[in-house]
Amino acid sequence: MHWEVVWNNFDYFLWGATKFDGVFPYIHNVGGLLASIILAVLGIFFAFWIGMAFGLMRLSKKPWLRYPSVFYIEVIRGVPLLMLIFWFYFLAPVAMGKNLPGFQSSLIAFVIFTGAYIAEIVRAGVLALPSGQLEAARGTGLSQAQAMVFVILPQALRNMIPSFVNQFVSLTKDTSLAYVIGVNELTRTAVQVDNREMNASAEIYITIAVLYFIVCWVLTSTSRRMEKQLSRYQARGS
Amino acid sequence: MNYNFEWDVVLSGEYAQWLYEGFVTTMQISVVSLVCAMLLGIIICVMRMTPFKPFRWFALAFTEFFRNTPLMVQILFWYFGAYLVIPEGIMTWLNELYVFVPGAFTLFGHEFVGEWMLLNVEFFSGVIALTVYTSAFIAEEIRAGIFSIPKNQLEASRAVGLSFTQAYRYVVLPQALRIVVPPLISQSLNLIKNSSLCMVIGVSELTYMARQVESYSFRGFEAFTVATLIYLCISLVVSLCINLYNKHFMLQVKY
Repeated sequence: MHWEVVWNNFDYFLWGATKFDGVFPYIHNVGGLLASIILAVLGIFFAFWIGMAFGLMRLSKKPWLRYPSVFYIEVIRGVPLLMLIFWFYFLAPVAMGKNLPGFQSSLIAFVIFTGAYIAEIVRAGVLALPSGQLEAARGTGLSQAQAMVFVILPQALRNMIPSFVNQFVSLTKDTSLAYVIGVNELTRTAVQVDNREMNASAEIYITIAVLYFIVCWVLTSTSRRMEKQLSRYQARGS
Repeated sequence: MNYNFEWDVVLSGEYAQWLYEGFVTTMQISVVSLVCAMLLGIIICVMRMTPFKPFRWFALAFTEFFRNTPLMVQILFWYFGAYLVIPEGIMTWLNELYVFVPGAFTLFGHEFVGEWMLLNVEFFSGVIALTVYTSAFIAEEIRAGIFSIPKNQLEASRAVGLSFTQAYRYVVLPQALRIVVPPLISQSLNLIKNSSLCMVIGVSELTYMARQVESYSFRGFEAFTVATLIYLCISLVVSLCINLYNKHFMLQVKY
């Protein structure tokens, strides 16, 4: 057993070779667990808006809004994330004519991928509300958009929070895929240290599994607790 | 965008053969892992529901740990770090083990029923990782399905004189099964998609082969398009299965 290898490189696992300085964007060379978390947080932030847009489009009755959204959701959900990452990493340069660093291209892949799942969450969340809510809102004279913004979404979004947290957990786990295209996040730092030391593979991988586990498990248990709390305030159909 | 598409490079000859072999490997690793994951998942689920505390703790720890760690790390662990949990004797035995691999290559002129070959360690590690990861999810799905049957079903069947086993066998499980099947089908789709991660340890499945074609021929667009379309077809078939199942077997039961 060579746990001292893990101990000696533990700071590298946590933040890699991250440097802070006064030059925009103030943080450079992010790595390790920090990079994983930054990727996941940025990913879920952008994916939220994309997912919201496509989820609501999918609910729309207009075919020119609904079908593009159905197409996007079904295609993205049918393709492995690794494939998407390759698409954006190897093929974006050909399409756009300039190279995109691994961090950005994997972030785009995560956003597009998670967006499709969030769209489904949004759709399910809106559909889970009793239809009387929308009918009553329309009945009081609100337009469809107003009814959505002021009546349906505030309730639906609250019920969706646990699902968002679960999606965030899965995205945190999925950031490990960015290792394949050389983003220096937690998994890649582990592989680097493993390749350098050669004698402590099991210890290193157990350590990073535990690091991921701590982050994800805290979030999962939070979402479970929230689910219990939120179920008390849910509007119910007759 | 300046790019000349040359589809025939990828759609014929050696590269097409590679992609086809990749598809076959993907299906092989998925099917083997799915069968193992179902068995392990059922075992874990049963352990989780027995009254014997240590079993429950073990099952709880198992599901929580493997659901909350990335599959990528698990694959790397089972490939590079398994020496820590598997005794050396078994490792040596595995490295010299001959297994019977049924051949599925009949499309491109090859026609063999199967042969004995050395166990492919990459494939084996991939199967272990996928099995363990998926079984944790399957155990939770099954448990959720059983819990969705109201408790008074069990109580009522106990009251009419069925034994505990009979009550589960004839009343609870048939109802739970109907609820559990659709999520299990979508888990198997997830498993097929997740099997693409096995490329990092060198299992030559579809994504790996698409990469291979890309690096040999510089025809990345075509190779990735073909691979993506194959994955899409698989997922379409699977979601068709779920829809058909829902149509034919999903009875709306209100409690």
